[in-house]
Amino acid sequence: MPDLDQIFVNLKHWLLGQLEGILSASWLELVSILLSLVPILIVFPTLFAIMTIMERKGLGRIQNRYGPNRVGPFGFLQPAADGIKALIKEDLVPRAADKVVHLLAPVILVVTAFTVYAVLPIGRNMVVLDLDAGLLFFFAVGAASDLAVFMAGWAIRNKYALLGAMRAVAQMVSYEIPLILSSVAVVMITGTLSLPEIVMAQSTHFGFLPDWFVFTPWGFAGFLLFMIAANAEANRSPFDLPEGESEIIAGYFIEYSGFKFALFFLAEYLSLFAICGLGITLFLGGWNAPFAGLEFIPSWAWFFLKLITLMCLFIWTRGTLPRLRQDQLMNLAWKFMIPMVLINLVAAALWHFTGPGFMRWLTSGALLIVAHLFLGNPQFERKDIGKRTYRFAE
Amino acid sequence: MLGAGIIKGMAETARNFLGSYVSAERLTTVQYPEERSPQIENARQFPFLVFDGDDPMKGLRCVACQICEKECPPKCIYIVKSKDKRVDYKGQAQFYPATFDIDLSVCMSCQICVEVCPFESIKMDTAYELSTADRFGGLLVNKHQLAKSNEHYRKFHPTDAAASDGALAVEVAKAQAKAKADVEAKAKAAADAKAKTAAAQSTPAPATA
Amino acid sequence: MTLSFAIIAALIIAAATAAMTLRNLVHSALAVAIAFAGLASAYLQLGAQFVGLTQILVYVGAVAILIVFAVLLTRGGEAPEKSVFSASWFWGAAIATSVFALLACAINHSFASKRALPPQPSATVEQIGQDLMTKFVLPLEVIGLLLTAALIGAVIIAMRDESPKSKIEDGGSKMDKTSGPSSILHPPSSSGGHQ
Repeated sequence: MPDLDQIFVNLKHWLLGQLEGILSASWLELVSILLSLVPILIVFPTLFAIMTIMERKGLGRIQNRYGPNRVGPFGFLQPAADGIKALIKEDLVPRAADKVVHLLAPVILVVTAFTVYAVLPIGRNMVVLDLDAGLLFFFAVGAASDLAVFMAGWAIRNKYALLGAMRAVAQMVSYEIPLILSSVAVVMITGTLSLPEIVMAQSTHFGFLPDWFVFTPWGFAGFLLFMIAANAEANRSPFDLPEGESEIIAGYFIEYSGFKFALFFLAEYLSLFAICGLGITLFLGGWNAPFAGLEFIPSWAWFFLKLITLMCLFIWTRGTLPRLRQDQLMNLAWKFMIPMVLINLVAAALWHFTGPGFMRWLTSGALLIVAHLFLGNPQFERKDIGKRTYRFAE
Repeated sequence: MLGAGIIKGMAETARNFLGSYVSAERLTTVQYPEERSPQIENARQFPFLVFDGDDPMKGLRCVACQICEKECPPKCIYIVKSKDKRVDYKGQAQFYPATFDIDLSVCMSCQICVEVCPFESIKMDTAYELSTADRFGGLLVNKHQLAKSNEHYRKFHPTDAAASDGALAVEVAKAQAKAKADVEAKAKAAADAKAKTAAAQSTPAPATA
Repeated sequence: MTLSFAIIAALIIAAATAAMTLRNLVHSALAVAIAFAGLASAYLQLGAQFVGLTQILVYVGAVAILIVFAVLLTRGGEAPEKSVFSASWFWGAAIATSVFALLACAINHSFASKRALPPQPSATVEQIGQDLMTKFVLPLEVIGLLLTAALIGAVIIAMRDESPKSKIEDGGSKMDKTSGPSSILHPPSSSGGHQ
């Protein structure tokens, strides 16, 4: 019975061993790098294809209708049809558009989306690049994608696309702060920026419950804040005003067609998977199994199970909530989430400095609940607008 | 509390999602090419010509009066009257259309042609799957394609068909009554004429005797 | 002077030259972003992970976007009509070359370039954190104060735009209140303007 958990690692080592006699050392290194990268390039776009059909069928069922059900059994070959359509569509570039930037924008977006997968620990010993500052690498490359969004909107020389791009960039830049600060709480507690080590720190068990950070008050609040910020970073409903599917059709990438549009779509979903993967790594215990009895399921299977669960959560949120307006989004980020995330840091510090025991749950949890009640209520009440006055034309 | 409404909303959508697998009345989608949703009785798509009896051309009710051609707002009807006449349902000799073309790509289904026809001969059909690959002549239908029997009409618009049959029956009854009155009048006139000639013949006789 | 350093240096110089000479301002802003990224790769090549990644996060992710927004929100979007090279380029180049020669001579003959290289300091995140909290805590707090002042200034500048709007509101309510017979009984109150 081969060790299912380490099957891919062992496969890679076996292949390298086979090639050791044939190739020189530097070629061997290149092959080793390729063997680590190619699975990512295969698995995550496949997951993207699966997610598009899951999303359409899931949203359909939520909205009391079938999803696509013509192509393949129950419509599950729909991504193939979508892919073929995207590839054979004519690639329209507006005459006044800036050709170089128009071409580069989706390319840079996809490149940054793929690059962040290099630091995600997908299974035990299964991380492409074990950087000391892995978390920082993730956020740095993720921040570089904002520039590509702006380039996309600007290259088309269309006022409305440019407005959409500027709003998208404002949204992404504002929500990066809660995203980063909520993960700083985890960094504080574990004392390291390296993602495999953060996963290892969650592999113990506290009695019955696993030691995942989501089962602590600050971890739970941090996880919720992280997920909301992840929603906003990936421009997904309810934060998809820049995209605005039913109103402005595609917002900042409205003039892209064919393969470039497919690249934008791919980049959006890939960055969503990456941020969810990071959320799993930081808060949900990475590739750890929840209970000791379930260890026989391989670690990479746990990672993907958790990823698919978070995907379903996102699809559910998309089907439920209406879109937030730009000022509502910004208010949420700056007036609610940033104070909340700073108080989360204080709660995490309180958790750490109160010793283990029941007391730390009480203090940490009480602080967070009071902060939530205090921050959540006053601003979201309807402002007192006063008596309605009319101005008539004279 | 902030977020309570969101949780309630998500519970509602979860109920929608799970309920759609369990109860049949949630998914009201009609799977189109395999099933079609039934049309209401007054549905109207494009006109057709009614004929009585079995032979479409002989039983066509249309008498080529060209009222519908003149009243049609987008002018999609084209009629050419025939040179000869034939007998209609009332027993009178009427013209009939040699050519009756409707351009379905122009027709806007306003039903004005139906409303102004005095002979109950053009009615609205309910067929809508009329797509064709021929962009220029594919939707130009002539009178052979337009003629549909009265039974077909009764099947699709039973109330209207009953009403038009009733109107026709009234016309037939009127025509028959008129014919009978004509016959009686003719007989009476013949009798009067005979009586007058008999009287004319009998009155000079006493003068000469 | 390894090959990777040569490539990175060539990239940075090319990007900076492009940023200076391109006609379109947004293009030059993007070239500046490429120069930032090149600088980040120079840091990474020297083994300074934290600084290199923070360079990408802050410069490419925020400063480049800030530059681009500034270019767009002012009227810099159009291409300039005249050439980007000024008419007196010769004298400019001569002065720049002479300053460079002076600085190069000074640095080459200085004390610091003759000394042996100190050992490479450990630049792990933990070490940086320790240094920031012990040796460099005063600069850290001063930078924090500076950033807070910048933030408050930005908020004040943005807030000042609200005053013309409240004037319009007042004018509207005044027109509404005095245009009817009830204006005698109800003098115009300040319910329209939120002061």
